[in-house]
Amino acid sequence: MLNKELVKALTELLGKENVLTEPEDLMNYAFDATAAMPKQTPELLVTPRSTEQVAGVIKLARQYGTPIYPRGSGTNLCGATIPLERGIVLMTLEMNKILEVDPENLTAWVEPGVIIQSLNDAAAEYGLMYPPDPGTVTTATMGGSVSMCSGGLRGLKYGVTKHYIMGMEVVLSNGEVIKWGGKTVKNVTGYDLTALFTGGEGTLGILTKLLVKLNPVPEARKSLLAVFDDLDKAGNTISAVIRGKIIPATMEIMDNTTIRTVKKFTGADLPEDAEAVILIEVDGYRETVEREAAMVEEICSRSGAVSVTAAKTDEERDKLWLARRNALPALAQVKPTTVLEDATVPRSQITSMLRAIRAIAHKYDLPIGTFGHAGDGNLHPTILTDVRNKEEMERVHKAVDEIFEAAVKLGGTLSGEHGVGLGKARYLPLEFGPAGVEVLRWVKEAFDPHYLFNPGKIVLRG
Amino acid sequence: MSIYSDFRLARDEIYKCMKCGNCQEVCPLYLATRKEVTVARGKIGLLEMFVTGEAEMTAGMAERMSYCTTCMACNEKCPCGVRFDQILLAARAEGARRHGLHPIKKTAFTMLRLQRFFNFGMKTGGKLQGAIFRRVEGRDYGARMRVDLGLLGQKKVFPRLAEKPFRENRPTVYVQKPKLRAAFFTGCMINYFYADMGEAVLGVLKHNNVEVLIPEAQGCCGTPAAVNGDVASAIELARRNLRAFEDCGAEAIVVACSSCGSAWKHSFARLLEDDEVYGPLAAKWAARTYDINEFLVRVIDYDRENLGRIERKVTYHDPCHLRRGQNIFQEPRDILRSIPGVELIELKRPDRCCGMAGSFCIVHPDLADKVLAQKMADVAQTPVQTVATGCPACRLQLWSGLINTGLPQDAVHVVQLLNESYEKAAAH
Ligand SMILES: Cc1cc2nc3c(=O)[nH]c(=O)nc-3n(C[C@H](O)[C@H](O)[C@H](O)COP(=O)(O)OP(=O)(O)OC[C@H]3O[C@@H](n4cnc5c(N)ncnc54)[C@H](O)[C@@H]3O)c2cc1C
Ligand code: SF4
Ligand code: SF4
Repeated sequence: MLNKELVKALTELLGKENVLTEPEDLMNYAFDATAAMPKQTPELLVTPRSTEQVAGVIKLARQYGTPIYPRGSGTNLCGATIPLERGIVLMTLEMNKILEVDPENLTAWVEPGVIIQSLNDAAAEYGLMYPPDPGTVTTATMGGSVSMCSGGLRGLKYGVTKHYIMGMEVVLSNGEVIKWGGKTVKNVTGYDLTALFTGGEGTLGILTKLLVKLNPVPEARKSLLAVFDDLDKAGNTISAVIRGKIIPATMEIMDNTTIRTVKKFTGADLPEDAEAVILIEVDGYRETVEREAAMVEEICSRSGAVSVTAAKTDEERDKLWLARRNALPALAQVKPTTVLEDATVPRSQITSMLRAIRAIAHKYDLPIGTFGHAGDGNLHPTILTDVRNKEEMERVHKAVDEIFEAAVKLGGTLSGEHGVGLGKARYLPLEFGPAGVEVLRWVKEAFDPHYLFNPGKIVLRG
Repeated sequence: MSIYSDFRLARDEIYKCMKCGNCQEVCPLYLATRKEVTVARGKIGLLEMFVTGEAEMTAGMAERMSYCTTCMACNEKCPCGVRFDQILLAARAEGARRHGLHPIKKTAFTMLRLQRFFNFGMKTGGKLQGAIFRRVEGRDYGARMRVDLGLLGQKKVFPRLAEKPFRENRPTVYVQKPKLRAAFFTGCMINYFYADMGEAVLGVLKHNNVEVLIPEAQGCCGTPAAVNGDVASAIELARRNLRAFEDCGAEAIVVACSSCGSAWKHSFARLLEDDEVYGPLAAKWAARTYDINEFLVRVIDYDRENLGRIERKVTYHDPCHLRRGQNIFQEPRDILRSIPGVELIELKRPDRCCGMAGSFCIVHPDLADKVLAQKMADVAQTPVQTVATGCPACRLQLWSGLINTGLPQDAVHVVQLLNESYEKAAAH
């Protein structure tokens, strides 16, 4: 049971409106966006409004030995915010100010509760943008997406969150506050803790301010959609585009199951029997875009695409994107439960991975639709099921195991962008071996010896 | 069996939710509070635990279901096609069955059922309102509560109650060789607060050669009861209204309130699903009920020739239950654009909820104010003289917000502008 004195002290520190104690308010935080996870209701939820308050919460939690579960919008896909050992959920949504946009240095300082899209809106006033764009740009927080090192559709050309984090302010498990990194492009002073905390999943410290890099908004963009009746041809096209020295902003692929489902739900103009469609977008200066788009079109046709459509207007672009945008929504409507994975392989192995997933779907008799970021090898095999069906869920778990094994065997990784959290913690030895997992534990215990922050995630107690 | 009588029917809808959180982007209450309990995902999470037996439907859980304006923004956004409005109605009915209604609501809905008593009360109110309300300085038609009844707060501005309800002694509007005979379902807001809107509806229909009947026995549409889980009252009201209109000899029903329209088109049939007599009647009239905007544009192709000029910059606020509830958003804009001199300038987010939501703004006045403040900020950025809308409830909320924010704009129903334009042309 939660200590009454702790509740009192927290209420004094934060004010009554920033401490939730009623079970009906807390049960909402027993889950996040991850399917088929255990639920656990926290004992308390706090919404600090400043770094000092965060530090105060940590000192109290430490004093009473109560774990802290940091949380932004709770949209992660690996159970990273589930308060497994109950304790306190520390929600950052009230720390939501954009502190500065610096157009000279192309940077911005933000608080962790800022929604990614708000940062983009603020940057847009200077003709700038924050490139990482997970599917949740309009809901996820900066603190959450930095902690997950989120990817998105533009990874191929623009990289992922870690390429845009230049510095931060962090509250450590002893309640001390440190600032790391800065506005300089070059900085080799000391270990790169900024990089370590990016993707730290709330297990190492609490991020209270973030310094991000901004890019100029590209002048123009152009989308093309290519349809294939053969997986190999689709795979070859992806390689051919890259070999052709073109780096599109986006190169997305959808498999046959996804195509058929999307067609059924949206009426999108796609052939039922297509084995794959690839959606490519190039961006940059107008002249470059025109030239690259023509080259991409040529490469697609030469590689055996059944058809290639290039969008001429924004409306046509929206039409081409309709299918990709609706991939997950359409798949999600087929069955009540949607298990979304993100096994990732080197770009050159995309077709082998798609084949492996298809074989696994067949073996376990499960509908699996796969779509994803072909340009960076990040696939989203999506298993359609129903948590209420115990027998089927067992097959789902087996299929997930085999998907991970296949990805690692092809030189890839368990997770490209969704993270480890609770969902994948037990698979880590598969990728790192026992010695590698032990190193993770050293790092965790150096920063958080008492397992105060997000216990039960990534690194399990030894 | 309907979702109103059996919560289990909402179970599949609950399991459809994949907890992606996309609804956070659009939920007006979540944007105002940033607490999960206010967004669809949070409430679905609670209900899922109730369904699996992990949690009880406690009084606290039932109370949490009041955190929703039923604006349906989440329905529209949801990638999984979850119809949260259906889940919520089922949950509120279940909550009311287990824990009863809030005593104030119980009295209020009983009043609605006793139409004659309700009518008497509102009429007396019309005469006594000076004692309860304080006039708003500088505006000749608004009033704030003099005393805080512990219900509404003293901030909200109310239009003056009509001294005589709109429907009282209202004869049929006859026209020469009518195009159509329509019956006007006024709803309570028009009847007791906004007689001017009622007059405008009659004006434009008459101008367009439509004969209008106003059945006397009509009452409240029952939406306040239905959305708060008082299913028995809602059913009784639905039946009464169906009886009143079935006998009146009209070919169509016209409404000018988004909630009344949704009630006739959707709720009556759902409430009366198991009723062998009234069920089929509800289905029949659902297909013959039209919002006034829809009726003018799609059914009678209203007169666009004899329109007088109104030099005015106007914006349009989409009532949730017109846009998302009935898919009507093009029609009112068509009408506004057809009036010579009217320039339609869109709000940043015209379909964002205004926070009125019937009794929601009574139960959670602070939250409703926060939602309204966002709308007012949008209006303040839009260079217009008039805010038009398609529902008397939204009109009240907008208008109260405009006065409290000190904004000079007026709030009216679209048909009022159309009627004004017809009158101007006739005067020439
Ligand atoms: C429909 C859908 C589409 C998605 N698409 C993508 C995609 O394309 N690419 C992608 O990479 N991800 C994607 N995601 C996953 C998810 O949106 C991201 O991981 C997101 O960035 C999480 O942000 P959040 O604010 O919801 O964080 P949360 O889920 O609240 O938290 C995530 C982690 O960060 C920690 N944390 C949060 N704030 C702090 C802080 N201030 N300090 C320390 N730790 C903190 C938490 O403890 C947790 O471990 C998708 C998710 C959904 C539901
Ligand atoms: S958008 Fe739909 S599926 Fe996603 S959390 Fe909200 S209700 Fe659930
Ligand atoms: S109906 Fe509106 S207020 Fe209610 S949960 Fe959905 S978006 Fe929020």
